[in-house]
Amino acid sequence: MNPVSHAEDPSGERRDFLYYATAGFGAVAAGAAAWPLVNSMNPSADTRAASQMRVDVSGVSEGTQLTVLFLGKPIFIRRATPDEIEAAQAVELGELPDQIARNENISGDVEATVENRFLPPFGGGEGDGAAAAGGWLVMQGVCTHLGCVPLGDGAGDFGGWFCPCHGSHYDTAGRIRRGPAPENLPIPAAEFIDDTTILLG
Amino acid sequence: MLRKLAISTTAALALSTGGAMAAGGSGYVENYAFSFEGPFGTFDQDQLQRGLQVFTEVCAGCHGLQYVPLRTLADEGGIGWTEDEVRAYIDENFIEIFDDDLQDFRMATPNDNFPANTGVGAPDLSLMAKARAGFHGPVGLGINQFLYGIGGPEYIASLLTHYTGEDVEQFGTILYENETFEGGLISMAPPLWEDAVEYADGTPATVEQMALDVSAFLMWTAEPHMMARKQMGIVAVIVLGIFSVLLYLSNKRLWAPVKAAAKNRRPAE
Amino acid sequence: MGGIPHDHYEPNSRGEKWLHRRLPIVGLMYDTLMIPTPKNLNWMWIFGIVLVFCLVMQIITGVLLVMHYTPHVDMAFASVEHIMRNVNGGWAIRYIHQNGASLFFIAVYLHIFRGLYYGSYKAPREVTWIIGMLIYVLMMATAFMGYVLPWGQMSFWGATVITGLFGAIPFIGEGIQTWLLGGPAVDNATLNRFLSLHYLLPFLILGLVIVHIWAFHTTGNNNPTGVEVRRTSKKEAEADTLPFWPYFVIKDLFALAVILVIFFAIVGFMPNYLGHPDNYIEANPLATPAHIVPEWYFLPFYAILRAFDQEVWVVIAADFLTGGIVDAKFFGVIAMFGAMLVMALAPWLDTSSVRSGRYRPMFKWWFWVFAFNFVVLTWVGARPAEGIYPYIALIASAYWFAYFLVILPLLGVIEKPLPQPDTIEDDFNEHYSGDDGTPGSGTAAAPSPAE
Repeated sequence: MNPVSHAEDPSGERRDFLYYATAGFGAVAAGAAAWPLVNSMNPSADTRAASQMRVDVSGVSEGTQLTVLFLGKPIFIRRATPDEIEAAQAVELGELPDQIARNENISGDVEATVENRFLPPFGGGEGDGAAAAGGWLVMQGVCTHLGCVPLGDGAGDFGGWFCPCHGSHYDTAGRIRRGPAPENLPIPAAEFIDDTTILLG
Repeated sequence: MLRKLAISTTAALALSTGGAMAAGGSGYVENYAFSFEGPFGTFDQDQLQRGLQVFTEVCAGCHGLQYVPLRTLADEGGIGWTEDEVRAYIDENFIEIFDDDLQDFRMATPNDNFPANTGVGAPDLSLMAKARAGFHGPVGLGINQFLYGIGGPEYIASLLTHYTGEDVEQFGTILYENETFEGGLISMAPPLWEDAVEYADGTPATVEQMALDVSAFLMWTAEPHMMARKQMGIVAVIVLGIFSVLLYLSNKRLWAPVKAAAKNRRPAE
Repeated sequence: MGGIPHDHYEPNSRGEKWLHRRLPIVGLMYDTLMIPTPKNLNWMWIFGIVLVFCLVMQIITGVLLVMHYTPHVDMAFASVEHIMRNVNGGWAIRYIHQNGASLFFIAVYLHIFRGLYYGSYKAPREVTWIIGMLIYVLMMATAFMGYVLPWGQMSFWGATVITGLFGAIPFIGEGIQTWLLGGPAVDNATLNRFLSLHYLLPFLILGLVIVHIWAFHTTGNNNPTGVEVRRTSKKEAEADTLPFWPYFVIKDLFALAVILVIFFAIVGFMPNYLGHPDNYIEANPLATPAHIVPEWYFLPFYAILRAFDQEVWVVIAADFLTGGIVDAKFFGVIAMFGAMLVMALAPWLDTSSVRSGRYRPMFKWWFWVFAFNFVVLTWVGARPAEGIYPYIALIASAYWFAYFLVILPLLGVIEKPLPQPDTIEDDFNEHYSGDDGTPGSGTAAAPSPAE
């Protein structure tokens, strides 16, 4: 070893403690300094702010659809006509390939009824069937098969949406009825914050 | 060398007369005191809100803040509004921005930046408080900037308060005499006058008060994370200071036997 | 690896032996970390660690910054503001990177001046010195191109002026300048290639740093006496040296921590002190700032560049003798690069057989004038080229060349050196034997090259 190892230090224990304290402190400080570097790769403030979006739907009348781009994906906001709502309600649950509502606003896997698919109006509406009565359908416009954007305006055999890529047919409540798509069109987190404004995210 | 000496003497004479004139006419910056100066200084939230009011009601007529997102008005350590207050601010002041996708103007959202300039030749103010230096030298040594800071907000406040009231016409435009602006003549008409705005908190809206408030606000727009920055500085200095002491003691202890051995042995026995 | 006799790594466990037969990387790391180091190194020998730290810090922060940066003339300035406002902690990373360049250069200048005072460039360490100079030149190139990236007014006009230097080369200059810029002026093509090179060069520097360390681990460190470590036996070598770990690692880390206290005080409390306000204005090819000033670390050479104008007789003579090929502009460029070249040639220009300035009574004076002269050049480089300043710049530039081309060669002949200690051990023991009564290299807090 080196020429000083023979010079025994009487306070060896204190020396050890000092070394451990220094090394420990240094390790903690270095770890704390590393966190901001790692965190800089998380979504920045502008990206985080864009994770919510207000949509003015005062211009959406019955039977029309508004498509907005939200978090890089199209969102369909459609106000269904009473006929469309009725057509959707007439479908037996057993006929559906996917019987889960796929609605982010309702926790758990609930049944894909019209009431569980439509967005309740501002204040929640009155009584059972209020969501369906309002007729507001907000869905992510991404086919659950391979991610194409389905065509709307009553397209497809079930009067809802039709994906031109591989021929998936969705009904007037955005539920898959025929074709290769495995699931209903997903419903993102959304709510009415006043009579005419939907908050996405 | 001789030729050079002769030329530089003439040049120095010419410059010194020019300098004397300039000294009376421009470059004056008053060392105003701001709450955010020094390592522990913080923004005065009330002052920032007053400054925003001055900006909105006076400056925004021509100047933009194109790098400042509106949502940051709700950030901590700055204006400190709620998100609803930001939305109300946009609605009340009818802030529109040009949307490149729509090729048209639309109402701004909190996620948009403040609009860009609207006045011809009016510079963007987002970074103005860092793009101007109020203090220099002496003789390039940087001592004044070390003592008083770089002086961006002081420069802005001085510029706004040091119009002489005189104006001259040059090449068809009217220029206003200003004791701070380089060259002494500025094309911006005196923007502030007594009670140009009415402060909600009852602060008397003197020209100097408004100038100081808007300067503080522009320091915030230029350096929105200044509070976090100083906090990081304090924490880093303390942590590294403790670490230095620990390393100093470790080093001393580590070397003690080596030095003791050296002390006992005289050189060149 | 090194020529100093010392213990080498011996693999003990089966796993270690397995790896060692295939790749002796642990042995390489052991030998590097446990290298015998002269035990009398003083506080001017800390900058190696500081510089390695700077390089790593700049690379890490730089890699993170480029993730958020957009190299396009329309978006570069806004993307830097995006970093400063939106990216989590982006303002801190950017300010650390920006001021890190200054820390890097302060450390490299102190490192170079330590080498100049203690004769670290002399045989057998010429290769270490030359590689160090290459690193320094690459550092300047990297820093210069990095300064262009924020696309502020000083970025743009600094790039215009500095690339203009290459345009001063006779006949082929304009072609080179156009090639460098990728067009007739500083524009999007320039910005893109500068980002590419600014990202590339630090890794070249890293490679050269490894070679630099390899070189001086082969020759052994210099030390304040300039006396070589005894290599005749392991016992004598051990009397002169201590292993790098832990003795010098802990000492250097202590110095680094103290330096970082100052560094973070600057980043936290005055991050724009060393910058220029004009760089917070977006680049505008139609409006030149009133004074174009390079970053402070370029100022000594910028001063030399500007010092030789068409009024200086050597320039007039050169212009006349070459028939106008070497005009004032080109002469300035030659002077600037020449200033670096003569410094790189110091090992062959210094004729003294004594290494350390500590035992050279006349050299000491000339050295401190040279160090002061360097500060003067830094200062005068930022002053306007009018009045008395061009004269100061000219005198200081002349001294730079005189120091390397006249003073160093002559001193070795006329100077009578002081007696040097026989061994490093003697020097160390004398220092701590209590003769002077003051604690020295081990505990003094302030770096002091003059001891």
